[in-house]
This record gives sequence, C-alpha cells and structure tokens, in this order.
Amino acid sequence: MVTIETLKKRKSRRFSSDRIKVFLFLIPAAVLLLVFLVIPIFQCLYYSLFNWNGMGPAEDFIGIINYKKIISDNVFLRALGNTFAIVGLSLFVQLPLALFLAIMIGRGIKGRAFYRTVFFLPYVLSETITAVMWRILYNPDPSRGFINAVFQAFGWKMQDWLGNMNLVLFSIFIVLTWKYIGFHMLLYITGLQNIPRDVEEAALIDGVNKRQMLTYITLPLLGGTIRTSAYLSVLGSLQVYAIVWIMTKGGPVNASEVLSTYMYRFSFVRFQLGYGAAVAIVMLIISLIFSVTYMSITRRTEHIA
Amino acid sequence: MKKILTLTLVAVFMVSMLLMGTSCKGAEEEPAAPAEEPAAEEPAPEEKEPVTITWWHIQTEESQKAYWQDLADRFMDANPHVTIEITVMENENFKAKMTTVMQTGEVPDLFQSWGGGTMNAQVEAGLLKDITDKLAEDGFADTISPGALGVYSYNGRNYGVPRDMGMVGIFYNTELFDKAGVTAPIATWADLLEAVDKFNAAGITPIAEAAGDKWPAAFSWEYLVTRIGGQAAFDAAANTRTGSFTDEPFVQAGYKLLELVDADAYQDGFLAATWGDAATIMGNGEAAMNCMGQWGPGSYRENSADGKGIDDKLGWFPFPMVEGGAGNPNDALGGGNGFVVGKDAPDEAVDFLKFMLTVEEQDKQTELGMGVPVVKGATVEDPILLQIIEGRDKAEYLQLYYDQYLPPAMGSVVNDIVQGIMAKAMTPEEACQMLEDSAVENIGPRK
Repeated sequence: MVTIETLKKRKSRRFSSDRIKVFLFLIPAAVLLLVFLVIPIFQCLYYSLFNWNGMGPAEDFIGIINYKKIISDNVFLRALGNTFAIVGLSLFVQLPLALFLAIMIGRGIKGRAFYRTVFFLPYVLSETITAVMWRILYNPDPSRGFINAVFQAFGWKMQDWLGNMNLVLFSIFIVLTWKYIGFHMLLYITGLQNIPRDVEEAALIDGVNKRQMLTYITLPLLGGTIRTSAYLSVLGSLQVYAIVWIMTKGGPVNASEVLSTYMYRFSFVRFQLGYGAAVAIVMLIISLIFSVTYMSITRRTEHIA
Repeated sequence: MKKILTLTLVAVFMVSMLLMGTSCKGAEEEPAAPAEEPAAEEPAPEEKEPVTITWWHIQTEESQKAYWQDLADRFMDANPHVTIEITVMENENFKAKMTTVMQTGEVPDLFQSWGGGTMNAQVEAGLLKDITDKLAEDGFADTISPGALGVYSYNGRNYGVPRDMGMVGIFYNTELFDKAGVTAPIATWADLLEAVDKFNAAGITPIAEAAGDKWPAAFSWEYLVTRIGGQAAFDAAANTRTGSFTDEPFVQAGYKLLELVDADAYQDGFLAATWGDAATIMGNGEAAMNCMGQWGPGSYRENSADGKGIDDKLGWFPFPMVEGGAGNPNDALGGGNGFVVGKDAPDEAVDFLKFMLTVEEQDKQTELGMGVPVVKGATVEDPILLQIIEGRDKAEYLQLYYDQYLPPAMGSVVNDIVQGIMAKAMTPEEACQMLEDSAVENIGPRK
C-alpha cells in the first residue's frame, strides 16, 4: 500500500510539473487562436443579431430576424443550390475524371512526367489570374474570345458563355475543374504509388481481369486517398469565391451566385454587415455539419473495412 | 477534427477580423454631432500652433499624384505651421480601407468622396465635420457651381467640396453615324429606337453596354426615370417618401429599357460585359454609342487596341428626351470626385481645399485629365468637356447617380435590378417592388 501511494504521489508530482510546462508552451498559440479565431467568431455571431451597416457602433438589435430573412430569401436559396451543384459536380465529375487521369498516367506511360506537369500547372496559378484569363477566353466576340473563335472555325453555334444565365454556372464549373483537377490527380497518383506491387501481382496470379483489378484491388486500396480528396473537394467547393466573383460577380442576375459571393455582396457591397455576419454563421454551420457527418461516416466505413 | 474546425473557421475569419475593431470603441465614443462643435473663432495668435493635416486621395496616376504633392508642398510653403501628410491609395483599396476606418472612427482630415448616400451615412455616424460656415467666408462657396457643391451637402450643411463634377450623356462615333445615315444629336426616344434599327441594318452594333458591371447599365434606367418622372418622381420616392419606387415612372423606365433590349441594341454578351469590355468595343470603333459619364473618352483610349481610341471622331449629346415625360430635357444625371473633411480636422484643412479650388489650380487639374472643373470661370478647351460643363450648368435638376445618392444598401439594389430587367429575369414591376422593399428598410415606410 505505502509503495503504491508514494508511486502515485511521485507520478502526480511529475504530472503537474509537466502540465505546467505544457500549459506554458501552449499559451502563445492559444492566445493567437483565441484572438484571431474564437473571439471573432463570437463577435460575428453577436453582430449577426443586429441591423448594422458597419459605421459607428451596432445598436439596432433585431434578434434572429437576419436569419429568418436569409432562409426566406430566394437569392440565398439560389446561392445555396448553386453551391451544392458545384459540390455535386466536383464529387461526381471532377474527382472521377481526376482518378481516370491518375490511372492513365500514373504508371508506365511514356512522357508521364510531362503529362503530370501539364495537368498540375493550372493548380499553381492564382485564382485571380485563372479567372481573368478565362474571362478573356470566354469573351463572346470571336475576334477576342478564343473559345468562340474555335467554335466559329468549326461552324458550331457560338455561345455567350458568361452572359447566358443557363450556361454560366457550367462555364464556371469548367474553370474550377481545369484548375483543381491536377491537384486531385496528384493525390491519386501518390495513392496509386503506395499500393504494394505484390498485392497486384498476387491478384494477377489469381487471374483477375483489368476491370476486377480496378474494382477489387485498386479502388479499395485507394480508399483513404479518395476520402481525403473528396473531403478537400467539398470544403473547397463550399467556399469557392474568387473565381466566381472575378468572372461574373455572381451574375447575370444571381445565376452564378454562391454562398461566399452572397456573403460578400451583403457585407461589402450593400454594407449590411449584420446580415453578412449572419450569412457567415450559416456558412460555418453548413461546413461544420458536413465535416462532422463526413468524419463519422468515413470512420464507420473504415471500421467495417 | 481540429483541422476541420480551423478550415471552416478560416471561412469567417476575414469577416470577423473586420468586425473586431468596433468592440472596444462604443464606450469611448460620445455621440458626436458635428454641427454642435464649437466653431468659436479665436483671434489668431501671434505664433500659430503647428498642425498636421492627413490627406487620403486615390489619384495613383503618376502626373496626377505628383500634382497633388506639389499642391501640398506649395500650401506648406505658404503656411509654415502646416504639415500635410499624403496617403495615396488605389480606388478599391481605398474603399476597403474606409470600411475599417469608419468603424474605428479615426478618419483622416481630408479624404476622397463621391458625396451622396455614403457621405450621408458618414455624417450620421458623426465622422465628418460641418464646414458650411467656413466655406461661406470670403464668398468662396459662390465661386463653385452650386449643383456640384450640393452633392456634398446633407440637410443643407456642407461636409466637403467637389473638385470634379460631370454628367452622363451619350458618346457617339461620328464615322459610324455617317455610315448608317443617322444624324446626331438624337433628341427623342423614338429617334433613338429608329437609329438602333438603322445601325442594325448597317451591321453596326448600336450601343456598347456593360450590364455585367451593372452600374453602366443602371445609368440608362436612371436617366429614363429622370426623363419620364422628373425631379418630382424621384424626390417623392427617395426623399420625402410621399411616393414609392413602384410609381409609374420607375416601372415605365424599365419597359423603355426593354424596348432597347428587344430592338437588339446591345452587343452580343452585354449581360456579362464589364465596363472595360464595353470601352474596348467603343474605343475600337465597333459600336456607335455609349451612355457614360465624363471619363468615357479616357477609358475608350485606354481600352482600344491601338491605345488611341476614337478621339478624332467622338461626339457627345445629352440623353434623349422621352416623349410626354414629366422631366425637363435639361435635367441631368451626374457625379464626380471631391474631398470631405474628417471630424477632427483643423480649420487649415478647409483653407487647403480653398487653395485647391482656384481657377488657376482647376485649370491645371483639367490639363492633367482629372475631371470636369467646378470653379466658375475655369478654362476648358476640349469641345466635349465644354458640352458636358454646359449641360451640367444648364441643368436645374442635377441628380447624383442613384447608387451614390441612395444609402449604400439601396444603391446596390438599383444596379442589381437593372441587370435583372435587361436579362428578363424579372419584370419591371417585380424589379421596382424589390427596390421599394429596400427603400422601406433603408429610408423608411411610405408616408
């Protein structure tokens, strides 16, 4: 008994001195986090309860009216729909395409470093440069816009890429895919390289064909990478901003409005900062819900696997 | 999990950052009513206290920037006790910076302003200084074009001065007019529609429009309201609130605009076009007309393929009159640049503004292409500029662009709805209802 007691004491003493050290080392980071992340979020929450134009102190307390207005605003619903459309397209078009590219050039192919560089290059460009460049490419006048010039040369019907309200979101999605496909491709290539050769060889000896190899060997072993890339893709899509704002400002007539441009419009174009803060909180909640659900789902599947 | 939190929190990080500044401010700020500031004129002491004037302007162009510096240097030489500290900012940076400055309440002594709703909101927040009395000294206020000075007043008190004030009108390409057999000026709406048909028949884009940037397109709608309803309609809707934005002139203006859309008056893709895009077409001589403010010709030059634009074949006439409209054909829509005075500015700041606005200095500013002079008797040689000044001074009702005049929240709605009408995403009635809803929220209910 005595020995155990002293052991415990000794242990706890060491523990407490450790704890102080840990605490001391954490202070700078914690302060930064508190000042620049935690407090602002609560301030944002606070301001979202006011009708406030950003000038002078916020005084006109209106409770949750901002949130009620958000939910009943058709433009917000449109922005939400567009954002989810981009999320969906990214998941079900962009990622499979990236995977396809990765499998095509991941191994063996001649000049694969070249292809890898070409597909990855757009990711290195800043979003602003990408958006400005594509604005020029999309110019409806064939003497200035390259894409319509090609269409004209082939005798196809020229399109008003960014001015047609039914086409604009698709046009923007092409740019997003062009820019981000290389990044996901690179993730998959790395994932593919980590699949042990002997597993595949064993499967080959067992006589699998190419399709079976893909569905039973490659994809399951790539699971972790796919989960990461899907996660990054969804969060990125939820927050897409610069490309949309520079190319269309969410227009024409909100046809390409997404959550972040909606938030920006109300905060810094219309100067309804209280309302903008409420939109920011809604975005935060959506991202949080997604993250938490996604984590719990993927963790569960990991257990099953 | 921590990573996710970080990622999501970053999304709201920027917004929150901007909001931070205000937290500790409420307590220390007294309800500062600029009008109540002791304007006591003490007898000038022998030795003048040294004062510093902070001045923010947005003229980044080399020669204009140098001119402002030179002006400040000369003022400091003449007034040794004054130091002027200049901060030069690019337009968009300036606007972004102002949003934070407005919250801290630490405004510069002199800064760029376009007058109107934004300035009014600054006055309401107690950030500007009433300089009406100081301007009236020595009859200085009378040397400035009254319409222009009025843009910098709120409830009859002046908080700043204009240095440039022009009006929106139709710039046109004389060569293309000759080619299509259209005679300028186009005086009525019916003539305009007829001209559009002639241009289309001749294979020429009638009008260069920039509905992607919204505000250029909004000019046409605002002018139509001015022509159809006159000052009375806008006053009733925006100022006295005895009327509303759903009144007939506002709706009618929308339908008139649709007549142009239906007549195929604009270039392909005008809905997504930026002002730069429209200026390119105009500068390259590919479109016949453009409804724009006094800065039009400069932008045509800058955006044209050869960098020269169409200076030699450029003409200007006022916006056409709508038949049967209640407005006066001389009424004008306009705006320009000026400086407002911060709440803690010394009197010398106003003296400096007076120093800036002499005939001699305004002539120098005109020469540098800094805008349309506002001081009476300033020398102007450019024929288009002369027409614009004449038009501006002839106007009994000079309406500041709606997006500047109305509260910031409403100004943006005006721009949005005009794009909506042109895209046929909303009817003029629906569009005007949206604007009215915003007016109820930002100005007050209809009386």
